[in-house]
This record gives sequence, C-alpha cells and structure tokens, in this order.
Amino acid sequence: MALDALRANRLRSALTMLGVIIGVASVVLLVAIGTGTKQKVEQQVEGLGSNLLLVVPGRIEVGNAPVVSPLTLKDVDAVTRVVGDPDRVAVTVASGATARAGARSDFTTVQGVLETTPAVFTRSLARGRYLTGTDVDTSRRVAVLGDSVARALFPDRDPLGQQVALAGVRFRVIGVFAPLGQSLGVDRDDEVHVPVTAAQRLWGTQRVDGIAVKAPDRERIDELGERIVAELNRRHPDTEFSAVTQQQILGVLGDILGVLTGVLAAIAGISLLVGGVGVSNIMLVSVRERTREIGLRKAVGARPRDIGVQFLLEAVLLTTIGGLTGMALGVGTALLVDALSPIPAAITWWSLALAFGVSAVVGIVFGVVPAQRAGRLDPVVALRTE
Amino acid sequence: MTEPAVADPPAGERVPAIEAVDVSRTYQLDGVSVEALRGVSLTVQSGDYVALVGPSGSGKSTLMHLLGGLDRPTGGRLVIGGRDVNALAPPEMATLRNETIGFVFQAFHLLPRTSAVENVALPLVYRGVSARQRRERAAAMLGRVGLGHRLDHRPNQMSGGEQQRVAIARALVTEPTVLLADEPTGNLDSVTGAAVLELLEQLNAESGVALVMVTHDQEVAARAHRRITMRDGVVVADSADPRSAHDRPPSVDHGRPATLVPAPSAEPRSASGSGPGHPSGGSGGAAGATGRLPREVERPEAHSRDAAGGDAVAREGAAGARQADRPGGTA
Repeated sequence: MALDALRANRLRSALTMLGVIIGVASVVLLVAIGTGTKQKVEQQVEGLGSNLLLVVPGRIEVGNAPVVSPLTLKDVDAVTRVVGDPDRVAVTVASGATARAGARSDFTTVQGVLETTPAVFTRSLARGRYLTGTDVDTSRRVAVLGDSVARALFPDRDPLGQQVALAGVRFRVIGVFAPLGQSLGVDRDDEVHVPVTAAQRLWGTQRVDGIAVKAPDRERIDELGERIVAELNRRHPDTEFSAVTQQQILGVLGDILGVLTGVLAAIAGISLLVGGVGVSNIMLVSVRERTREIGLRKAVGARPRDIGVQFLLEAVLLTTIGGLTGMALGVGTALLVDALSPIPAAITWWSLALAFGVSAVVGIVFGVVPAQRAGRLDPVVALRTE
Repeated sequence: MTEPAVADPPAGERVPAIEAVDVSRTYQLDGVSVEALRGVSLTVQSGDYVALVGPSGSGKSTLMHLLGGLDRPTGGRLVIGGRDVNALAPPEMATLRNETIGFVFQAFHLLPRTSAVENVALPLVYRGVSARQRRERAAAMLGRVGLGHRLDHRPNQMSGGEQQRVAIARALVTEPTVLLADEPTGNLDSVTGAAVLELLEQLNAESGVALVMVTHDQEVAARAHRRITMRDGVVVADSADPRSAHDRPPSVDHGRPATLVPAPSAEPRSASGSGPGHPSGGSGGAAGATGRLPREVERPEAHSRDAAGGDAVAREGAAGARQADRPGGTA
C-alpha cells in the first residue's frame, strides 16, 4: 500500500529520496575513506618492523617543534651497551641533498645509517648488496638507492657500479631497495642510504638524529625504553629524550584520524538531516494532497492510528529505500576511489549498519509529525476537501 | 456493569439502527457559534428507505455526518447500533463506522490507481480480514452490483455509473445496518442515475439495510418510503413522524399503487443490475409530474412503513429513558 503511494509520484519520491541518498552515500564514503586511511597508516607503521623503539631528543607530541639533536655516535655506543646486542640498534642522520648522475639529477633525502638498518626496520633489496660494517667503519663512499631515485637517475641503465654525486661528493651505487610505495602521501622510495660516518663527513657534523632499537620481546619493550632514556639523560642532562613504541605512534595517529573521520561523518550527517527535512516536507504535502483519501479511509473505518501508521510507513519506506540506494552508491564510490586514486577507502559493516539505521530513524523522526497530522484529520472536513 | 433487566428489550421490539434524540450541532467559526442543527429527533429502523431533503444550509449534510458517526453532536443523544456516540473515543467511532455504516458519496470517493476489487475491499482492511478473504468478498459484492467482469479495472477506466456501483459495493461489503448515500446520483446523468438508484433500492429491499439518502432531486426523494425535510437546522416534515408532519397527516392514503409511478423511474427497476447503457425513455415528463406532486407518488407500502416508524418514534421517549439508564450508553 505504502509502496503504491510512492509509485504514484515517482519523480517526487525520487527527488525526496535523493536527499537521503546523497546523505547516506556521503556518510558511507567518508567513513570508508577515514577507515581506509587509518588501516593503511597502521599497516605501514606495523610494516616498519616489529617491537620497534624509536629514541629521539625532545618530547614526542603533536605540534612540538623538533629539537636539534645532541646525540653522537658515542651515545649510540652507550645505547648499544644498554641493549646488549649491536645488531638491534640502528641510527639515522638525515638531510635533503641533490643526487646527480650524468645530466640527470633528483632532490632526495640522504640518510646516514648503520649496516644494521635492514634488520631493525624490515627492508629488502631488489639488486646488489647493503652497507657492511666495514663500509661504516671506513666511511666508504658507497650508496644504496631507493627505487624512485634509481629510476630517476638511471632510467635506462643498471645503476649498480655507477657513480652518484651527493651534494657534490661522488658515491658508488652498491644496491637498490625493493619498492615500498607511498605512505600518507610521502614517497618512501625517495631516499638514499649511505654509511653514517660518510654522511657526517659530508655535512661536517658529529650529530645523530635518532636511534632505533629492535626490542627482543614486546613485554619488556617499555622497560628497555626507560633504561635507554635514563642512560641518555645521564649523558645529556640538559636534554629531554623520548622512547616511543609503534603502539604509541599508532595511538596518536589513530586519535588524529579518528577525529578526522568523525568530523567528516558529522558533515555528511548534516546532509542526511537536510534529506530528512525534505522527507518531512514532502510527507506534509502528501497528507494535504490526499486529504480526501484520508477522509474516505476514516469513513470506512480507519482509526487515527491506522492512518498515522500508513503515512509513517510511507516515510520510513522512502528513507530506507533512499538509504539502501545511498549505501550502494557510497560503497560503489568508495571502491572506485580506492581503486583509481591514491586515497585508500575501506568499507566496514558497522558504517553500513549505521547508515541504514540512521536513514530508517530519519524516516520515523521526520515522518511522525505528518503522520500524526494525517491521523488527526477530521473526517468530515477531509471528505469535503476538493 | 450491564443490567440485563433494562438491556433486554421487550419481545417484538426492534432495536433502532440509529436513534437521535434532540440532537444539536454547533460549530465555532472564528469565535462565532453557528447552529447547524437545533434539536433533531429521528429514528432509523433497519430496512428503512429514507430521503433527507432540504435546501442548502438546512443542516442535512451535518445530520448525515452525525448519523454516519463521522461527527458527534454538541447536544442531545445519538445512538448508532446501540452505542451512544458521545461515550466513544475516536478509534471506537472508527470501528463503529466500519461495522454499522456504509457511505456512498456524490463524488464516489474511490481511491485512484486502485482496482475496483481493492477499492471495495478497503473497509475490510480495517477489520483485519485476510487478503484472500478480502478479495473473495469484494469480488462477490462487485458481482452483486453487476460489475463481476470489472474487478481489476481502475476508476479512470470506468464510467461514472460503474464507479458509483463500485462505491456502493464498498459501502455494503461490510454488511452494515445503515447505508448513507449523499446525493448518490448527483454526478450522474439521469439514465445512469436512475440505474444506480434502482440498485440502491434493490439492495435495500434484498438485504434489509436501511437506506438514508440526501438528495436535491424531488423525483429521487419521491421514491423513498419516508421523507424527512429539513430547514434551518430542524426537521420541518417527517413523513414517519406525526408530530412534525403538520402539513401532511400520515393517515392520508392517496391510494396510488406502485405501478402508477411514472415509467422512467419504474422501468430501470425491472431491469436492475444492467449497465448504465440501459435504454430508458425520456425522464423529463416524470420529473415534471413528481416535481409538481411529490407527496402523491408515495406508495401504499410506504405508508404502512410510516405507521411502523411512527410507532417507533412514539416509543422514543421510553426508549430514551432506558438508554440513559444503561451504563454502557453514557459511560
């Protein structure tokens, strides 16, 4: 019965539904993008390697200005003694530099590192070899290129054995990383690894920016972090140090992305609300238009409740059909966005359930007033209406 | 709560289908009171055939709405199917309408885009009858009004006469005790109108449903067994009520048999159930004749009914007192 009434005014029903469709579709799409981004970030942070402890000067907080590091390789030795296993400690001193090979050049990030990097972070090589302890000890000018850098500088040649000028100093290419892809819009293949000693010499510094430690097990990771921070504080009383785990990074990032997703969903929810007002409006028009029908139904024995339920059902049907269509549209758009753009999108069942539930509730909330008005119509007046 | 001693009517007494005692209805229009009805008393028995006539604004539509339980009086007592409407909440009024009243309107009031059989089945929806039974009963009723071949046609695919037949089937599908028809032939041409009237009369005679008809048409009114004339919110003449019929004593018998009713009205009666295309002679002469002498076209059996109705009205006072004592009637 309710379906017939909607069918009788196809165009109007469709336009009314459009508001709900757009609202639900945008809720589904934006929640999918928020969820997808969060999942991808989590994946990448996990992908750095397990049981990772990052030790940096300063306090890790959102919006904190970076601190110039007082750390040197001597501090790295001290940390290594605390950890007890040199293979579990990695360092970085990084700076932007122009890499040049022949006529081609590429501005990239040069990282001075220890030979332990592939073990601490999970990195693998596509070609050649990684840095060795000897390379680090002798400040040998050798380099391992990220995938993007290798392709920018040597598009048609094998980079192995070729010379690369980093900030004007020549390095020999000994390896190329396997590609990692993008993370939060950053190209993770746009980097060059050189021995930390060579990098320090290149920039004329003793500095180390950060230390990464791969803890032996997850249970004692926090305790290990505290011990490292204590040792560094003893050595540099004027500087604060932080040791953060992946879980802590994930927590901070998750909070930020969660707020972002919430804001997006709320904005989309406003459009759903506007769609609901449209439903209310059209139902009021429908009640007025069908006053005679209401009068007749009452004359043949429809109780006020029967009439109210009839109109409420129509409103709910309108919004749930709109909701289902919107869900389909939202899911389709999310899949397209995920496939065709760098923005990740992931559909979650709860966002679909929520969108459907909300659209049904919108139908009830915005259908109640018109339905009550219809139910209360005086049959005598209703029948007389032309 | 019920007292059996007063609830049980004496043997042989008929419980009236509708009983109105000194009923008035006042509307509030912008703070001004408008008295549409000012003390109307009448009784409708099952099987009655009543025409309600009067000029526009005389209150006959208001009275129709009250008799049909669509509205409630502001004064007096109105009992429909044994239930005092002033004691009923809106949902109970709806159920009362569904069970005891059938409506036929001038403008048919069929649901558009809905088949004849679904239109007829509509009152049964509110009675909780199953879909299959609804269709069966509606189809059977459409058969009785001669539309058994038009079950799935929509109103816009049917002629005016057919639409009104659908409306009549809808009014009767619930087997009500009273059929209220508001200008049922008003939107139809004279031939079709006569056929519809025939049908109503036939159903009245066959099923014993009381037929109360508001009409402007003197010819139509003349065919009723009882005529109630209204003016300015009061009944000025009721052929069944000796007290109000001051201008026409009910005992007068003109002695004109039914067969003397002019041909055009009589002819469709013999061919009842036929479609609106039924050929019929010119009705102009008949309209003239009945228009001039409306009271003389009454049939003898009408007077016998009048007499019975008169008795009923005469008993009204006593019946009213009993009704007032009944707890269910006033609670």
